Amino acid sequence: MTRKHNGRVRPAPAGTRKRNQRSRPASVGLHVALIIAAVVAVFPPLWLLITSFKPRNDAFSTGVVTHFTFANYTHVLADTEFLTWFKNSVVVVGLTTVLGVFIAATTGYAVSRFRFPGMRPLMWLLLITQMFPVAVLIVPLYNLLASLGLLNQPAGLVITYLTIAVPFCAWMMKGYFDTIPVEIDESGRVDGLNPFGTFWRLVLPLARPGLAVTGFYTFVTAWAEVAYASAFMTGEENLTLAGGLQTFVNQYTNDWGSMTAAAVIIAVPAALVFAFAQRHLVAGLTAGTTKG
Amino acid sequence: MTLAVRVRRALGTHWYAWTMVAPVVLVIGVIIGYPLVRGVFLSLTDANEANVERNIGVNHLPATYKFTGLDNYKAVLTDGVFWDRLGWTVVWTVGCVGLTFLIGLTLANMLNRTLRGRTFYRLALILPWAIPAFISVFTWRMLYNEKNGILNKLLAGGGIDAVPWLNDPTWAKLSVIAVNVWLGVPFMLVALLGGLTSIPGELYEAAEMDGAGPWQRFRNITMPGLRAVSSTVILLSTIWTFNMFPVIFLLTRGGPGDATEILVTYAYRLSFVDSPRNFSESAAWGVLILVLLSVVAVVYRRALRKQGEVW
Repeated sequence: MTRKHNGRVRPAPAGTRKRNQRSRPASVGLHVALIIAAVVAVFPPLWLLITSFKPRNDAFSTGVVTHFTFANYTHVLADTEFLTWFKNSVVVVGLTTVLGVFIAATTGYAVSRFRFPGMRPLMWLLLITQMFPVAVLIVPLYNLLASLGLLNQPAGLVITYLTIAVPFCAWMMKGYFDTIPVEIDESGRVDGLNPFGTFWRLVLPLARPGLAVTGFYTFVTAWAEVAYASAFMTGEENLTLAGGLQTFVNQYTNDWGSMTAAAVIIAVPAALVFAFAQRHLVAGLTAGTTKG
Repeated sequence: MTLAVRVRRALGTHWYAWTMVAPVVLVIGVIIGYPLVRGVFLSLTDANEANVERNIGVNHLPATYKFTGLDNYKAVLTDGVFWDRLGWTVVWTVGCVGLTFLIGLTLANMLNRTLRGRTFYRLALILPWAIPAFISVFTWRMLYNEKNGILNKLLAGGGIDAVPWLNDPTWAKLSVIAVNVWLGVPFMLVALLGGLTSIPGELYEAAEMDGAGPWQRFRNITMPGLRAVSSTVILLSTIWTFNMFPVIFLLTRGGPGDATEILVTYAYRLSFVDSPRNFSESAAWGVLILVLLSVVAVVYRRALRKQGEVW
């Protein structure tokens, strides 16, 4: 990629072109390797999509669709609790994302800008909580939620998911805020804004790419979480999508047709959010991971 | 200065910083701090489904479990199951992280050059990341299906006998690793690609002028340039893989037998799947897992520091 500044082309291309000139076999080999990798990456989701349009009894036929049908979709939407699960998931994930991004941003900002007593322990806490295995927490958490009456309640899952997503997000947001010049904060203070005003009106708008990445991360984490959702939500009408999908294919039933259709409907919102956020992803991840 | 004055002064200077971090501290304290303390406590008792506090209908039954000291730990550590599971978990973690990193590094290097169709390849290769993991795992279960799955049908087309992907202990182990690698490569790829683009091109030109071959350039420029990113992603992905619950739980449920059961899924099984649910032993497993992970993280950081990393 050549970037132009004031109409001047960077002097680099002369050297890089030489380096990037490949012999023909090398070029072919490169493309073959990449095509194989791309096929391996794309095939499973593609096959899922294809299977979802096959009649239920053909779910395992090897061919591409011979009898194209929407039967799986209509069955899933009309005859199962799928829409309820979808609604449950949207509520849980939406709340988690909004709250998670907000408190990750305030924490990241405080850690990035202020030196305050308790800062170092807090950074450590954020790092260490990322390693906590589900297994230590799940039973006590189950009991805690039970005693608070939050089992089978969206609020219970939201709080739980916050603890998974926020530490990593706060860490990433700190990396982002570190790249925003402190002069901006100072100009805000000169104009008479208090620290919250500076954060809310000046810094947060500049950190939009960072917010997109943390929002994406929170969304994906919550949308795809299985262990807590399976343990805390029981009863058909309380399940989220991760739990609901398990009911199509388990030791008792083998409804692969419905499973594939439901899976496609679940994957689409996630893929859309991903497409929206992926532009910022590289920058966000490297900012978050290389600065500690 | 009296304590009261000092506290008031600290509040005056730092109250906004503290206010900003308060929600996180509160949430972590309640949802991780309390359960953690409670988990450690449970691991020192004989709590199970039959003796914890519970409500049956309108009757409230008080807890009747008692403190048993380190008995759970003794039992777990002397029982072969824990060591078997630990052995497999180590193989699983090292295998997954190693393969994921190698494949991610190779692909990142392939993509980090002018190339026709670069955007297409990049999008195709990160697709597995865009799809929720549990969806992908279900898809793989469908592909792996022994009688009807597409993989075995393709093999049959080539005259090869059906492979019991998920029903034979050894094949099941390879299969779960393959799925986890498939899921993990995009993250590595994106992170390493970010690292590669931040290495200045001038370094390569200079090296080339000095007559360094491709391998030498890779070893002496690319690898050192990637060290900061790769040390972080390797640590993160080790922790994630070690704790990777959904892949194994949804793909094999730990089976066949308990061949693919890693520490985390086994602990979950003890408290939520097996009957009677054994809360105390599960908690003991959890504490042991946490201790193991902390040791790994500390050792890893030491090793990095020795090499002069600041992180």
